[in-house]
Amino acid sequence: MAEEENEVRWDGLCSRDSSARETALENIRQIVARKVEHLRASRLTGSRAPDAALDAVNRLLAHLLMLSQRCPFQDVREKSELILKSAQELGIRIPRPLGHGPSRFIPEKEILQVGSEDAQMHALFADSFAALGRLDNITLVMVFHPQYLESFLKTQHYLLQMDGPLPLHYRHYIGIMAAARHQCSYLVNLHVNDFLHVGGDPKWLNGLENAPQKLQNLGELNKVLAHRPWLITKEHIEGLLKAEEHSWSLAELVHAVVLLTHYHSLASFTFGCGISPEIHCDGGHTFRPPSVSNYCICDITNGNHNVEEMQVNSAGNVSVSESFFEVEALMEKMKQLQECRDEEEASQEEMASRFEIEKRESMFVFSSGESNSYQVNDYCWEDHGYSLVNRLYPDVGQLIDEKFHIAYNLTYNTMAMHKDVDTSMLRRAIWNYIHCMFGIRYDDYDYGEINQLLDRSFKVYIKTVVCTPEKVTKRMYDSFWRQFKHSEKVHVNLLLIEARMQAELLYALRAITRYMT
Amino acid sequence: MEKMSRVTTVLTGRTMHCHLDAPANAISVCRDAAQVVVAGRSIFKVYAIEEEQFVEKLNLRVGRKPSLNLSCADVVWHQMDENLLATAATNGVVVTWNLGRPSRNKQDQLFTEHKRTVNKVCFHPTEAHVLLSGSQDGFMKCFDLRRKDSVSTFSGQSESVRDVQFSIRDYFTFASTFENGNVQLWDIRRPDRCERMFTAHNGPVFCCDWHPEDRGWLATGGRDKMVKVWDVTTPRAREVHCVQTIASVARVKWRPECRHHLATCSMMVDHNIYVWDVRRPFVPAAMFEEHRDVTTGIAWRHPHDPSFLLSGSKDSTLCQHLFRDASQPVERANPEGLCYGLFGDLAFAAKESLVATESGRKPYAGDRRHPIFFKRKLDLAEPFAGMACSALSVFETETSGSGISWFVDTAQRYALAGRPLAELCDHNAKVARELGRNQVAQTWTMLRIIYCSPGLVPSTNLNHSVGKGSSGGLQLMNSFNLKEMTPGLGGETWLDRSKGDTRSDTVLLDSSATLITNEDNEETEGSDVPADYLLGDVEGDEEELYLLDPDHTHPEEPEYVLPQEAFPLRHEIVDTPPGPEHLQDKADSPHVSGNEADAASLVPVDPSFSLISVSRALHDSRLPPDFFSTLVRDMLHFYAEQGDVQICLNQASTSLHVNCSHCMRPMSGRGWVCGRCHRCASMCAVCHHVVKGLFVWCQGCSHGGHLQHIMKWLEGSSHCPAGCGHLCEYS
Repeated sequence: MAEEENEVRWDGLCSRDSSARETALENIRQIVARKVEHLRASRLTGSRAPDAALDAVNRLLAHLLMLSQRCPFQDVREKSELILKSAQELGIRIPRPLGHGPSRFIPEKEILQVGSEDAQMHALFADSFAALGRLDNITLVMVFHPQYLESFLKTQHYLLQMDGPLPLHYRHYIGIMAAARHQCSYLVNLHVNDFLHVGGDPKWLNGLENAPQKLQNLGELNKVLAHRPWLITKEHIEGLLKAEEHSWSLAELVHAVVLLTHYHSLASFTFGCGISPEIHCDGGHTFRPPSVSNYCICDITNGNHNVEEMQVNSAGNVSVSESFFEVEALMEKMKQLQECRDEEEASQEEMASRFEIEKRESMFVFSSGESNSYQVNDYCWEDHGYSLVNRLYPDVGQLIDEKFHIAYNLTYNTMAMHKDVDTSMLRRAIWNYIHCMFGIRYDDYDYGEINQLLDRSFKVYIKTVVCTPEKVTKRMYDSFWRQFKHSEKVHVNLLLIEARMQAELLYALRAITRYMT
Repeated sequence: MEKMSRVTTVLTGRTMHCHLDAPANAISVCRDAAQVVVAGRSIFKVYAIEEEQFVEKLNLRVGRKPSLNLSCADVVWHQMDENLLATAATNGVVVTWNLGRPSRNKQDQLFTEHKRTVNKVCFHPTEAHVLLSGSQDGFMKCFDLRRKDSVSTFSGQSESVRDVQFSIRDYFTFASTFENGNVQLWDIRRPDRCERMFTAHNGPVFCCDWHPEDRGWLATGGRDKMVKVWDVTTPRAREVHCVQTIASVARVKWRPECRHHLATCSMMVDHNIYVWDVRRPFVPAAMFEEHRDVTTGIAWRHPHDPSFLLSGSKDSTLCQHLFRDASQPVERANPEGLCYGLFGDLAFAAKESLVATESGRKPYAGDRRHPIFFKRKLDLAEPFAGMACSALSVFETETSGSGISWFVDTAQRYALAGRPLAELCDHNAKVARELGRNQVAQTWTMLRIIYCSPGLVPSTNLNHSVGKGSSGGLQLMNSFNLKEMTPGLGGETWLDRSKGDTRSDTVLLDSSATLITNEDNEETEGSDVPADYLLGDVEGDEEELYLLDPDHTHPEEPEYVLPQEAFPLRHEIVDTPPGPEHLQDKADSPHVSGNEADAASLVPVDPSFSLISVSRALHDSRLPPDFFSTLVRDMLHFYAEQGDVQICLNQASTSLHVNCSHCMRPMSGRGWVCGRCHRCASMCAVCHHVVKGLFVWCQGCSHGGHLQHIMKWLEGSSHCPAGCGHLCEYS
């Protein structure tokens, strides 16, 4: 059996030309048929099919399953399903998706179904699919906010696939490194595939020590950046730039830093929204038939199960009204704050101490003695960070800037069931709270507001998502802002990840600037 | 000079600096030009500028508990009142200071109306009590210092305000710049809406400055690394000058008494202060390099003295720069430049004085071994300020006029058939390179790349006539057989010199026999026009060869670009602009070539003209447009115009498509029967039979017929045999 002949080429499916997709699908169908026939033949003769062959077929079928559910092109969805069916008729066990929907936290029915999107979203999906050959769960959750998603995908596409100082496999490897810092297996899986696809050396995947020295050097920066970015000094930068034959160039370093921060915050999003594994990746599908009781542990966790919903209702009657008051109280506070701004002027010390209190509360990782706060006026994204990034990695500054802007200014003027609410104060509180956790201080912000607007469970959620995303649980997700819509919670997540990315970037870029001066 | 008279004392001083305790964010000069205030996050001091040094005069940062109100983003000193200062605090407070207060604390008034950091404050240039502020919260506020709060608020639609500046000339006008790249002009009396708005930069506009003398000139600097000078007196703000710097522009200040000079400093990476002449936007006029970190504030010491510049920096120093101590990048710049052009042209720029001394020399005099010489084509001396006068010369290579040996060589050695196209191209490239014609060689190489990469070869039926043609005596190159130049085709390498000679001999020797040979070729049969000519110059200017090969057998032709005309060829030729028309006309009549008497007159024809037209017609009509990339067509035209037909010929096929004379539809299929109106198109006017061989026709009345018949007819009569009354002319 000629391997090359059976090498499946998925990229034809990404074409916008339906006839090209048709050809690619037909090609895939034939390959599947051949492989399945081969398997069957060996089964009939009694000899066990070699595991490798079985494995290959299963991977193929899993990919088809993903396509049948997640491809933005209807023809591909239908045809993939047909191919799967025909394989099943031949007695091959076909996979079925595990779990329900792209997120474990958000019920599938809340999330846009592929195929029912409007024209704008379809264009987005098609773009994403064309670029990556898949429509990942992150995209499906983010599509709650198409305006942001567009900018996000554009940036990500540029970072990973367009011209840039780093080779393609390096980019994916850095993504893997960053995601692995937060044990985000979802992102790691995705990028392992991509990494291999662009010709990366599989040996590197056995651990950082198998990667080139140059990438190993980046490990330290990755670690500090992910957990304590304020500790980054120009010595870190110098160490990377002046490492003999393993040194990074400034442009490469900026590219790497942007990638690292991007994937750190994307890991936050993945955990913060409980993104499920991709259908074609490990843990996204199973070949086992559904069990008799139709009971699956993941159904319970994401609220798709009837029983659970009933439980919530019976136990939640009280909490519904309670949480209703939460929203009301929040609105009330916002109004108050808006009205009585000109209260007694707090002294610098007072303001500083409010900031310090917030910071101390938010940082469970701080050891005393780390002097880590700086005023944003000294180094802010708009004036300084942007210029540096754009200087060293042209166009990316612009893209990220746009993304920050969209994330920060995104609003639908709604809050839970209320309409026409000015949410800028709330958004600013969230943004500044996150920056406060990173020790970035705004002189013109009264950190007392944070305490009034963000309640405890919300703060816990924010802290966890931003600092230790791997510890986020569905309980945390459910227990904040109970009356708010899922789309609003996703919106919060967007704020979180962008604020985090900006904070990390600022520290890294500040260190680079200091190195340069 | 009324203005000058205001400079009472002549300023003196030297380039000097002093250390501050903390990074500065902004500086401002007192109107007496003897004091400067420095403000920053944790510094707020007044320094006296003395002859040799700065002397700290006053520390305004007092009190045990320093408030955030003292964390200054900007500071401004009133230009009318020596005691009045204003600061913008990072927490959004605007503070005024009265140095005349007896107490240690000079703080005067506190305006806490802005919600976000105030980026800029500005006093009215002539009004004692009017202060303007611009803040991150998107509002600009105008304060009357005699009142407790603002008198008016201007909304920037929630875009952060980065700078506000009162116009120096127009009492009521101020400009504000925004983070989204816009600049707005306001009338201080009309807070409801701005008078004018325009987008000045891509990204935030960090600063602006009104020209001190030119009314309506506004300089803006932005994150996009540009300084732009706008004329806002016109109905639409007009960009007058633009200076591209190397980093985002944090401050811009017009230089006093120098109409076109302005000073800039940047926000990131670059620590120097530049003074630009906006008319020379590429090289700064002066550069101050004292600071070790970014410069945050610049101010000219006196509004009428152009030589003293003060600056504050993040490196915690305050500097006074003297213009005469500035470094001038122009001096360091290498004023000579040399560059090769694509076609071997050479451009050379140098100081004019240098060029002048050398112009006596003959540039190509030295070495005769080089076959090229330089010709000075152009001299663009720029009468511009002082030192930097340079002359630009462009030299072009000229082929030596010593003859056309390369032409003959090329003709002899080019291979146009008989081998796969890739090899042919390679071979020809080699030939061209050996003859020193590198561009031509490149072209051949490119052709190979374009047409010989695998997968590019379409299966169009382009050469289906080739097989038949090879049997015919005079089948022409049926070009662009891209699959490969089949040997069948190669049988007729008509540029091949020996064959070409014999053939042309045949043509010249026998008046009609040559033409008749074509009748053997079934493809040449039947057309109502003498469909095709190929003008071959086998030996430079010695002979012209007219060949005839009507070829109509392309039923699956995708499209016809030819005009819906019965005489396409003629029109094609007329299209080519400067062609000697009488010759073209002669060329239209095939029997001329058989006419020895006329042979001489054909000699001087520039060979390229008909070839261009022929090849163009073919490309247009014959090949699918995507296949024959426009690039290659352009290339062919280019060479054809250069007179280098040897390349073009290779492309030239000789088929031509004709239209039915009755219904004006393109003829297809057999060629002499119109597939649409089912009538025979080309009838002989003499014998009334279909002409399937050579067709000769009068260009006046378009009647014609078999060559022999027409010739016979014309011996007896000069009128048209069709009876149309036309006095036919055949050349």
